[in-house]
Amino acid sequence: MHFNLSEEQAMLQASTARFIKQQYPFEVRQRHVALPEGFDRATWEQFAELGWLSVPISEASGGFGGNAADTMVLMEEMGKGLIATPYVATVLLFGGLIDRGAPAQLKESLLEPLISGQLQGAFAYQERQSRHNMADVKTTATRDGNNYVLSGEKTLVLNGAVADHLVVSARTSGDQFDTSGISLFVIDANNPELQKTAYRLMDGQLVANIGFNNLNVKATQILGEEGDGYDLIKQVANNTILALSAEGLGIMNKLTETTREYTKARKQFGVQISSFQVLQHRMVDMFMACEQTRSLMYRAVCSVGSDDAERSLHALKFMIGRNGRQVGSEAIQLHGGMGITDELSVGHYVKRLMMINTLLGDADYHQQQLAHISLPE
Amino acid sequence: MDLSFSAEELAFREQVRDFFKHAPVTEVTALIANTDTFKEGTIRWQKHLFAQGWVAPTWPVDHGGAGWSPTQTYIFETERVTAGAPDILPFGLKMVGPVIYTFGNEAQKERFLPRILDSGDWWCQGYSEPGAGSDLASLKTRAELNGDSYIVNGSKTWTTGAHLADWIFCLVRTSNEGRPQQGISFLLIDMNSPGIKVNPIHSINGVHSLNEVYFENVRVPVENRIGEENKGWTYAKALLAHERTVIARVADSKRRLEQLRQHAMRETQGGQVMAQDPVFRSRFCAVEIELMALEYTELRVLSAQANGQGPGAESSLLKIKGTEVQQALHELTLDLAGIYGGIISDSLTSGDTGHEFGDQARKDYMYGRASTIYGGSNEIQKNITAKHVLGL
Repeated sequence: MHFNLSEEQAMLQASTARFIKQQYPFEVRQRHVALPEGFDRATWEQFAELGWLSVPISEASGGFGGNAADTMVLMEEMGKGLIATPYVATVLLFGGLIDRGAPAQLKESLLEPLISGQLQGAFAYQERQSRHNMADVKTTATRDGNNYVLSGEKTLVLNGAVADHLVVSARTSGDQFDTSGISLFVIDANNPELQKTAYRLMDGQLVANIGFNNLNVKATQILGEEGDGYDLIKQVANNTILALSAEGLGIMNKLTETTREYTKARKQFGVQISSFQVLQHRMVDMFMACEQTRSLMYRAVCSVGSDDAERSLHALKFMIGRNGRQVGSEAIQLHGGMGITDELSVGHYVKRLMMINTLLGDADYHQQQLAHISLPE
Repeated sequence: MDLSFSAEELAFREQVRDFFKHAPVTEVTALIANTDTFKEGTIRWQKHLFAQGWVAPTWPVDHGGAGWSPTQTYIFETERVTAGAPDILPFGLKMVGPVIYTFGNEAQKERFLPRILDSGDWWCQGYSEPGAGSDLASLKTRAELNGDSYIVNGSKTWTTGAHLADWIFCLVRTSNEGRPQQGISFLLIDMNSPGIKVNPIHSINGVHSLNEVYFENVRVPVENRIGEENKGWTYAKALLAHERTVIARVADSKRRLEQLRQHAMRETQGGQVMAQDPVFRSRFCAVEIELMALEYTELRVLSAQANGQGPGAESSLLKIKGTEVQQALHELTLDLAGIYGGIISDSLTSGDTGHEFGDQARKDYMYGRASTIYGGSNEIQKNITAKHVLGL
């Protein structure tokens, strides 16, 4: 039993931290977010050269074949640097679905350019009414000869305005909330028949609503068996929750550290404000919130594939939401008036943390999911 | 990062499970639950563990301990709690024992350690004083050298189990020079010495476990001093860090959570069990999640210890979160008992009063308020963390 990082993980951690320090200061990040696509293509290609785009992709698909701990290490550092790229959408969601579900030829044609930084992807799962329930799918896919015909609208598709390819969840059978009867289709996102409305989220990322109006999709574009898509969605969503949580943990630690440094530098009443006990205790609370979250992070990573996996994952995502909000709010408060300025990085870290809370189930949702296990009906 | 058990560890777990299957858990638990037979039950249980060689899991083998790894300790604690078996008393085995084998001389080790291991001596802790609580280093109980003895005068308070104890380990003032911490020595004092008086303190749970201890010209041989004169604070500090990790009581909180779950599946309101009440569910899961995190915080501390680090300042985190979780569980259990949480059963059984856990929930809640106060209050722990971890 140990919590040490492997040699490879330590190297990945060091190289990510070095990249942020040397090439990705906050000003650069802000410049990239302001670009039309919400990120910088050249930086993305650098990620490809550094091998980061292949970390969670299996070796069989030409990736690094990293485990949950490898991805955690990378994402935690990305969180600290507030890196704005479509890593979650392209690599974790889209790449994860293709890696696990696509037939060999499709897999090869998509993952090779993805890993080399030449292909952007997205996963269109959210619908206006579905909130955090990924089984709530009204978009339909009806079989018609060698094709399926897709109709419906997906909302808030991460990277949806930029992606070259989409995976879309659609109902091939069953009722609106059934976990069975959901199928996944890979479609060309540049098809002019798609109705796209692009907009920004508070963390700066560009997303899109995407409408499908009797769109023809070849039957060969399906991932896995018809109607069995939900299991695949869950697997990929769970892996992505781990990664997002690691990013959130990195942000929480960064905010705590930034706040600590600020209170040591800031003087009022002729002394450093860090000398006030009331502020010290609040920063200890922030520190403890981070440490407890880290413990659940390790728990969730170490219990992948075990009986404890589902419980740990719900607990972790809950705590990222709750403790993340505590740390974020306290960071703003302890920075005083400066904390609410757009100029300071604090507010931008907080906004990314807030988006992480709402992605793939917020704190309340995951608490309820845990309750279904702990106190079964 | 790897938390899987090795084949040896899995075999060890089987051995532990087998041990608890045949251990007199039900009998000793009943004895310990009753104030009058508490000491008898505790000693019986500790002797049972001693016979197995498991009473001092983390002591080095050379000193009669089991020399377990953190993983083994974790496995044992998990199985102990699953079996509903009691914990050992901390004062001898977890507190003064490690001080003696770390800082004591050979004669002290030979004299005291065997009797700690076989529960021949019952120990209590003499730290706090009426005027020295959070500011422990301001303690005033004096020990003056007189020939080959110290003469001790003063008083200690909040002394758990002093009325049952054979020995007390004390921090005493041997010098007023320099900083307050620099004039403190660590003495082992026989509770049967002339001049010692013990007065009970009745706590708000209606139970007597705390005491005041008065010392009037108590003669303590110099050979009962641990280490050097005026260096007692250093020895005590090492112990305090360890004490905090003990206070977290993570495994016991897991058992309490499970009991709470069982109660919630029986208590009803409007024909529905409370386990289905949305507010209860939300509160239950909030505590459960904090405890799930704490379990791994403890594992992280244990594995850091195994790598030769600490327990240092991170033990404060364990103490704060551990006691917060304990109190949250007490609160939730008391709230679940509802109006029955007001019951004082005295000599009546739960069958007589008609409620299974109201009386115990009240006692646990009331005494549980102490957990955020003792072992260095949680506010003091935050001061320690602010200074030593955050560098504020």
